[in-house]
Amino acid sequence: MASESTHAVLQPNVGTAEHGHHPAQMPTGIMRWVLTTNHKEIGSLYLLFSLLMLFVGGSMALVIRAELFQPGLQYVQPEFFNQMTTMHGLIMVFGAIMPAFVGLANWMIPMQIGAPDMALPRLNNFSFWLLPVAFGILLSTLLMEGGGPNFGWTFYAPLSTTYAPPSTSFFIMSIHLAGISSILGAINIIATILNLRTPGMRLMDMSLFVWTWLITAFLLIAVMPVLAGVVTMMLLDINFGTSFFDAAGGGDPVLFQHLFWFFGHPEVYIMILPAFGIVSLIVPTFARKRLFGYASMVYATASIALLSFVVWAHHMFTVGLPLTAELFFMYSTMLIAVPTGVKVFNWIATLFRGSISFEVPMLFALGFIVMFTIGGLSGVMLAIVPADFQYHDTYFVVAHFHYVLVPGALFAILAGAYYWMPKWTGHYADETLGRWHFWLSVIGVNLTFFPMHFSGLAGMPRRIPDYALQFADFNMISSIGGFLFGFSQLIFVWVLVKAIRGGEKAPAKAWEGAEGLEWTVPCPAPIHTFETPPKFVPEVDSPSRH
Amino acid sequence: MSKSQSSDVGVKRTVRKTLWALMGMVLFTIALVPLYDVFCEVTGLNGKTATSAQVMSAQGRDETRWVRVQLVTRSGTGLPWRLEALDQVIAVHPGEIAQARFRFTNTSDVRSSGRAVPSVSPSQGARHFRKMECFCFQEQWLEGGESIELPLVFQVDPALPADIQTLTLAYTLYPMSEVVAQGGYRE
Amino acid sequence: MIRLTIAAFLGFALLPLIGNVHASSINTSSGWNMPMGVTDISQEVFHLHMTILWICIAIAVIVFGVMFWSLFKYRRTQGAKSAHFHENTFVEVMWTAIPMVILVVMAIPATATLKKMYDTSNADIDILVTGYQWRWRYEYLGEDVSFFSNLSTPREQIYGQEERGDFYLVEVDEPMVVPVGRKIRLLLTANDVIHSWWVPDLAVKKDAIPGFINESWTRIDEPGVYRGQCAELCGRDHGFMPIEVKAVSEEEYVAWLASKREAAITEAQGADREWALGELMERGEGTYNTYCAACHQPDGKGLPPIFPALAGTGISIDPSARQAHIDIVLYGKTGTPMPAFGTTLSPAELAAVITYERNAWGNNTADSVQPAEIRDLLGSQ
Repeated sequence: MASESTHAVLQPNVGTAEHGHHPAQMPTGIMRWVLTTNHKEIGSLYLLFSLLMLFVGGSMALVIRAELFQPGLQYVQPEFFNQMTTMHGLIMVFGAIMPAFVGLANWMIPMQIGAPDMALPRLNNFSFWLLPVAFGILLSTLLMEGGGPNFGWTFYAPLSTTYAPPSTSFFIMSIHLAGISSILGAINIIATILNLRTPGMRLMDMSLFVWTWLITAFLLIAVMPVLAGVVTMMLLDINFGTSFFDAAGGGDPVLFQHLFWFFGHPEVYIMILPAFGIVSLIVPTFARKRLFGYASMVYATASIALLSFVVWAHHMFTVGLPLTAELFFMYSTMLIAVPTGVKVFNWIATLFRGSISFEVPMLFALGFIVMFTIGGLSGVMLAIVPADFQYHDTYFVVAHFHYVLVPGALFAILAGAYYWMPKWTGHYADETLGRWHFWLSVIGVNLTFFPMHFSGLAGMPRRIPDYALQFADFNMISSIGGFLFGFSQLIFVWVLVKAIRGGEKAPAKAWEGAEGLEWTVPCPAPIHTFETPPKFVPEVDSPSRH
Repeated sequence: MSKSQSSDVGVKRTVRKTLWALMGMVLFTIALVPLYDVFCEVTGLNGKTATSAQVMSAQGRDETRWVRVQLVTRSGTGLPWRLEALDQVIAVHPGEIAQARFRFTNTSDVRSSGRAVPSVSPSQGARHFRKMECFCFQEQWLEGGESIELPLVFQVDPALPADIQTLTLAYTLYPMSEVVAQGGYRE
Repeated sequence: MIRLTIAAFLGFALLPLIGNVHASSINTSSGWNMPMGVTDISQEVFHLHMTILWICIAIAVIVFGVMFWSLFKYRRTQGAKSAHFHENTFVEVMWTAIPMVILVVMAIPATATLKKMYDTSNADIDILVTGYQWRWRYEYLGEDVSFFSNLSTPREQIYGQEERGDFYLVEVDEPMVVPVGRKIRLLLTANDVIHSWWVPDLAVKKDAIPGFINESWTRIDEPGVYRGQCAELCGRDHGFMPIEVKAVSEEEYVAWLASKREAAITEAQGADREWALGELMERGEGTYNTYCAACHQPDGKGLPPIFPALAGTGISIDPSARQAHIDIVLYGKTGTPMPAFGTTLSPAELAAVITYERNAWGNNTADSVQPAEIRDLLGSQ
């Protein structure tokens, strides 16, 4: 049937025989998905997994928002509330945002560099299947005696060691598994990008999505071992009587924070650099104009990545660092605004004198630019140490990082999903539904997170299940916004299912202004693409020719 | 075919390099723990003081100023002891050798051991607080009901920044062994 | 495009209509913004915050202005044809250099303020602040005054059985009292996990770290009550350990110190007499609900496995474990959240609470513990 072969990738066991290397051994049914080594299928698995996790983590956010709708304790007790804030953070960071970017990388990187697959297909399968195991374990801790992790996603010692629930060892195991998955994914991406580019494509010819992912992958290799180290030390402290983080045995709880944020700050950029890449593809497509300052985009990304290693203690301005350290981290943090600003200016310069249309991917990309910039500006405010003493650990910080991660990272992922959905499914996403999804998300996200700036400034600490009456109105608005935003995401599921099942058929080059090798293969992309490397002709004045 | 073989070799080489980088980061992470301690000791980060006796600084006394040394004690959890600073505030000239007395009392009738963990504030002053003799370098054992007085012999380095006029030294008492940690309770 | 603008404006135009209905602000904040506070430092921080905020707003207006103007002007539906430029060294250098200059402009006042905040020299009063799960303890060094400061909002308000008061969740039984116009040096540490002592009106937020000591300072010129909360997640009742600082005149402060000392003496004298079981139970219930109920729960059922039950189980019903029960209350238990109360509560409170735990909720061991016994165990100070 035609419809089956057109979306070969999402219904993979039909219509692919003519492309397959070994159709005879290809398992069918569920095992096909379990054993697949195809980058497109693994990409889909990653994306579907992260979508599931988005709803799991999102439901937890709604538990939090329901409890905070009014002052007083109504629905949950503080210990469960703390588990919800912790799990919400862990699941969104490690289960939703990161796997979604890996999924996009799996799908698009080989197609953008003209490679037939990822460099290490079987490793690719393994790194994906570690994730369901990791999050299965993590979620199961909620049912254990004493409950799941309740010490915040930053799991500061000694709350997460001496004072932690018994399930903490399982939490550590799941972090290890998710970390190994990320490291293996990063190795695969680096090996693919550095070795499988089609002849003639130089590094400076690559799309910015590929570039940002290459840099992100190096960040992962650099910091995931630090995360693994820090949770291992926790494990030793809990179960084997060491005292890395326990003052009683000569340890230091502040060491935990230094190690955690040495991982944690680059981690923040791991979640935003690929988003920069996606937006840098979508904005030129719908402005029908080449990206302004390609080379400076690459250098800005690299500088952000490098700077991310020397700013970690800005998360710790209140732990009592010496004055000189506070000043150093304040200045280095402020410096990050420069390359980040360059990126925003480049996008705007790309829009300037373009020929702009507002399809759904573009709407999400523009939403990203505006709201990410709001998050970036509050980030500059947070860098100012004396003011940070007032902002630190309040809802102002919650507002800041949600602006960067929700209308930031998540909007970029959604923009990418709408942008590439024709390539994945062969059909355009439903434009009307997509617009509803966008506008409801924009309203929901701002209703949820903008008031948090105010409640935070006025003095509301984060991670509390109940609050002083003064904060009641802002919390009520945030809760209404949260539910609106959360339920709006169901529209996306609808759009996705609709596009898989049918809809307006897309040509190979689904968007008029789109550039890149992925738009030279048909929509939907056949299960195997670029078995012979495509011919790549760089633009005459591309930076690699200078 | 030769193309795909050459890319195979390339992939292997890249993987090998990234694995080396990964190993490097693992070793770096392990090294961070001792590095942090060294860093703290050198800069006084976090108000940590040396864990063994230091020699006195021979820079001589700076009679032009006084430094108030404030001694604070805290009993930690799980040890039936009392720790008191007998001299709560001592004014010294930088460079002067001074002594502060502390009394440890075991209020239970069981022999047990504990250790007093020091912390100095402001932390920039920590490395200028030189301890020549301190009970904090090793664990202490006390018989049930025993009470002992132990000295801290110290010197404030004349290099102490002029804007620090008060140094606070806090000792927190922690139990040392698991038996003691249980305080002899049966549950 | 017009739709987007309208949506954005509508969203934010509605906020002021619904926001800030409650008059009872818990600090000097307008309800929308950082509190100006009542110290020189807090006002300096406020002005620094406003300066940076306005710079950020100006940047946002310019950046978004150019962006939305471009989106409007170069709409494809209006027949816009795209230009072909994609580089311009001059503008690229400018938009790297100008932000650098702006950042330097921000950094200068920030550095100056930070230096002042770090200058703890010449303090008049030293107060050791210790964070516990979930209360603060204040010890006035050299004054022989120390006490716990607990949340005083009744549970009935939290669970909605009673109308909530103006200072719901930001009121305590014993505020930290300080004189106005004097430099107060705060030494911060913690007994168990990391806490953070934050009073927005004083612009002081500093972590209290177990085993380590931190310091900060404040000088309050306006008499009044200034409220704050723990700012670092410290477990179950993190949201329920507020801070109340009461700034009073010098005379009132001196009188308050004297009354605290006197109260401590009276309290200690409680150990000199024999207490009846009923009296111990009554006192014990109050002490239990203040210090023990957050973990072991008002009904003694605890929250296992972290916080064990006391009702009908364990040492509190075992007649042979009376001494063990006393020991664990006095000295705490390592590796658990159970703190040592022996040095912080009075013999009368300790004896009463142990008696209460051994007789309440049907535990009926009929054991009573006399304050004198506790006093003798701890040895005279």
